[in-house]
Amino acid sequence: MIPGPFSYHRPKSISEATGLLADLGEQSRVLAGGQSLIPMMKLRLAAPEHLIDIGAIAELKGVQRKGSTLVIGATTTQHELQQSKVATDAAPILLEASLLIADPQVRYVGTLGGNVANGDPGNDMPAVMMCLDATYRLTGSGGSRSVKARDFYQGTYVTALKPGEIVTAIEMPVPPAGHGWAYEKLKRKIGDYATAAAGAVLTVSRGKVATCTIALSNLSDTAVLATDAAKAVIGTALEKPAVEAAMKAARAVMSPASDTRGTSDYRIHVGGIMVERALKKAFSRAKG
Amino acid sequence: MNAPVLTREQREAKLEGMGCKRKRVEDIRFTQGKGNYVDDLKLPGMLFGDFVRSPYAHARVKKIDGSKAEKVPGVLAVITAETLKTVNLAWMPTLAGDVQMVLADGKVLFQNQEVAFVVAVDRYAAADGVEAVEVEYEDLPALIDPFKALAPDAPLLREDLKDKMTGAHGPRKHHNHIFEWSMGDKDLTDAAFAKAEVTTKDIISYHRTHPTPLETCQCVASFDKIKGELTVWGTFQAPHVIRTVASLLSKIPEHKIHVIAPDIGGGFGNKVGAYPGYICAIVASIVTGKPVKWVEDRIENLTATSFARDYHMTTEIAATRDGKVTGLRVHVLADHGGFDACADPSKWPAGFFNIVTGSYDFPVAHLVVDGIYTNKAPGGVAYRCSFRVTEAAYCIERAMDIMAQKLGMDPAEFRLKNFIKREQFPYHSALGWEYDSGDYHTAMNKAMEAINYKGLRAEQAAKREAFKRGETREIMGIGVTFFTEIVGAGPSRNCDILGVAMFDSCEIRVHPTGAAIARMGTKSQGQGHETTYAQIIATEIGIAADNIMVEEGNTDTAPYGLGTYGSRSTPVAGAAIAMAARKIKAKAQMIAAYMLEVHEDDLEWDIDGFRVKGLPEKSKSMTEIAWAAYNKPPPGLEPGLEAVSYYDPPNMTYPFGAYFCAMDIDVDTGVYKVRRFYALDDCGTRINPMIIEGQVHGGLTEAFAIAMGQEIRYDEMGNVLTGSFMDFFVPTAVETPNWETDFTVTPSPHHPIGAKGVGESPNVGGVPCFSNAVNDAFSFLGTKHIQMPHDYWRNWVVAEGLGLHK
Repeated sequence: MIPGPFSYHRPKSISEATGLLADLGEQSRVLAGGQSLIPMMKLRLAAPEHLIDIGAIAELKGVQRKGSTLVIGATTTQHELQQSKVATDAAPILLEASLLIADPQVRYVGTLGGNVANGDPGNDMPAVMMCLDATYRLTGSGGSRSVKARDFYQGTYVTALKPGEIVTAIEMPVPPAGHGWAYEKLKRKIGDYATAAAGAVLTVSRGKVATCTIALSNLSDTAVLATDAAKAVIGTALEKPAVEAAMKAARAVMSPASDTRGTSDYRIHVGGIMVERALKKAFSRAKG
Repeated sequence: MNAPVLTREQREAKLEGMGCKRKRVEDIRFTQGKGNYVDDLKLPGMLFGDFVRSPYAHARVKKIDGSKAEKVPGVLAVITAETLKTVNLAWMPTLAGDVQMVLADGKVLFQNQEVAFVVAVDRYAAADGVEAVEVEYEDLPALIDPFKALAPDAPLLREDLKDKMTGAHGPRKHHNHIFEWSMGDKDLTDAAFAKAEVTTKDIISYHRTHPTPLETCQCVASFDKIKGELTVWGTFQAPHVIRTVASLLSKIPEHKIHVIAPDIGGGFGNKVGAYPGYICAIVASIVTGKPVKWVEDRIENLTATSFARDYHMTTEIAATRDGKVTGLRVHVLADHGGFDACADPSKWPAGFFNIVTGSYDFPVAHLVVDGIYTNKAPGGVAYRCSFRVTEAAYCIERAMDIMAQKLGMDPAEFRLKNFIKREQFPYHSALGWEYDSGDYHTAMNKAMEAINYKGLRAEQAAKREAFKRGETREIMGIGVTFFTEIVGAGPSRNCDILGVAMFDSCEIRVHPTGAAIARMGTKSQGQGHETTYAQIIATEIGIAADNIMVEEGNTDTAPYGLGTYGSRSTPVAGAAIAMAARKIKAKAQMIAAYMLEVHEDDLEWDIDGFRVKGLPEKSKSMTEIAWAAYNKPPPGLEPGLEAVSYYDPPNMTYPFGAYFCAMDIDVDTGVYKVRRFYALDDCGTRINPMIIEGQVHGGLTEAFAIAMGQEIRYDEMGNVLTGSFMDFFVPTAVETPNWETDFTVTPSPHHPIGAKGVGESPNVGGVPCFSNAVNDAFSFLGTKHIQMPHDYWRNWVVAEGLGLHK
């Protein structure tokens, strides 16, 4: 549980950070809250020669609402996110999901940017970002670009992030007033990753689901948008057949590994139940 | 100014003696981060050692090349079995009469086995050195399933024992067999089964788990070449035993070995044994002439030092149709891993598992235990229980439920019908124990009333009907357990560790001002000895507990003792305290008589001193007596006021308890919710009710963990799947149920203060109670016995098997 040797850098600006990344190349890693990277280093599963700590870059912090867009700086911690009324009023699912991440100690240092950028299917925020149709701002020494959360994840720890790029901000359209939301996570204990988790964001019109997005955590090699499951409930009042169809469609896109949380078939089974619970809770919270 | 005259009640309260909820004095330092643990120790020039460990569960070690590691900056040496052979320490004896490799000698027998020891100037260099050691392995087939260990074609694990078909406990019948141990009368038991009206037979497994103290195992060894003296600071539950073993192994005379156990962050059995890390640190210090520190990390602790349980118990009960038990037959397959390193008293290869008749009046019983080798870590420690007692309690408490179910009887009623009755004590069990005292019916009835057992059963019946009608997806289980522990090892006639009898000791010195120090052969790991031992002395000789310092853990100053495990501290050392205190009291009485100019027989004890019978105003307090003991002793009497007692207990003690649990399980997710847990403990005389309650809370929390998910799990290749806190279940405050505690008091008749020990009861009783609750929840759907652990996934698997998800 002791990491190998590494050099430590603490840039003060995004350009300094991207400059360091460009100069130091593949042997460098960006350090945000360190809640994934440091344990990996201690296990010597990761052995970067250079750590570029972006924690001192002021422009990466904070939550702002710009019109109908919510912009969250990448190094905003889970705790800061929870304390941000701007964020949690606009998209309460952020609070619900954030409170289910690890434990308070981790949430004091773990960042939203780290959670979404790491590409670990066990992280909770990627699915939430898929539900909210968020966009990640990626910045390298050559400039910035945006990638949708729904297009970002390619495999376990494999994302659209290119060498030399840093996730600098997460932007999302503020969901319509009166929308319903829920994030349901089954885990063995506080601090654990999900056995299965599902997020749902929906709107209701005249008692029926008008729009809906559903996304899943830790049920595949990446977070997954369960498009067909969402379609199955649109136009319904979540009657039993609609919910069952959604569960079935969601289960069809789940392919979790068997692990100590349970076998694949168990995780798929409860994954469906998480979808059911998320839908019902989101529906009950929606106005319209 | 005259001091206020205190009432008798005030004088008594001031002592904070037995029965007082005295706050833990050690917590003053622990809650301020001022404890002094092994890893706090920093000595000038101290080096650090770290292990290269095997990635394989079973492999031949073809080559170990440390040359690259020796070039890593800061690395001083790479120690291998070849190095250790030069000092004859490549192997070490275990407490169970086996031998264990200190470092891999030709092969490895479990994943994460110690292969080489890298010594460096700091932890970082040591870890870098570990990474640079190159080891060539030849993978061998791993034997993981204990039920396959004795197959004719099972792989040969212990090549060193290949031709040795007699072990420390008699003949071995297979190359992977360690011992067969049997108790009871086979013929009578067979006869009872032959004519039994009803019988049950089930394999009841208690899975492998780990004690997991917060602080891992660690030590600092420092050898002084000039004086030829070795000092070892370590996480030792039994420091004197470590000193004796170290002397026998190293040939350093025992008076030149100083073993010091400072504050210890939990033990639970994990810190009883001797581990390769200790030997390697000592050898490294002797070789380098510098202090060497070795500290395990969490993964090493979970995977290499001392698992617990792994008992597979084929259990048969014979009974009459109206519910009277007539016989018990148990065969245990005991998985000991690659080496037999169980920390049991030497003559007891399966510990006190023969307490398996439990709280019930079995006229006959027969027990056979087969110990076997597999490619898993060695250990088999008593994880918060007396030796193999929690396995035994689990076995009988599950089996009793299974029989009750078969008979169609309520499990509580079935137990009440078969309890040993109060008038049968001292009770001789069919497997050889003499239970000292008990009143099981009173305890059970009190518990059933407190939990409203009838009400819970009615609620369960209604809930089952609702489930059948499809109105709920939750099922409710009620766990019933009544356990009898056996603790306080133990009487020298049957208990020793490597020949050292299992007495314990106390030395009390009363200083001239009436304050005192007590030194003990035991070693607290969090139990609160500094608080409770002082309370015993306070009551015995009238010195306020606050004026008594309790010191443990330094073998140079403490009297020889066997340490703290198996709930032995209060039964054995607690008795030694009382006996030492009584020696002091006897001398104090002589001194008081001289001071008051009366005959000793004219004095009577009065809370904190002696008074003349019939003349209560004529008295001498212990403070006055202490001063006189040093400065004005009676003519012919030696000055001073101190005493030592070595206590060899006449018998074990037998704490017991009635536990109840109410639990709901969601059959769709397997998620359980413990609604109520009630624990009634009878540990005899209660020294500090607050500490007892704390002990019960802690033990129940560990029991909850074990029953509901905590396990050391291997895949079929022998890879540990639960080697970190991600997967090894240690509940937080969020998961932990609320505990309701209660008690009855049935003192031990042979213990000087009637105390029996309590620290381990809640684990012993708690595990079967949780498991019985899960089993009870599912039983109406047709299940008979569901193996632990009962985590969400496995509960779901049971529901799936019952077709509840169709």
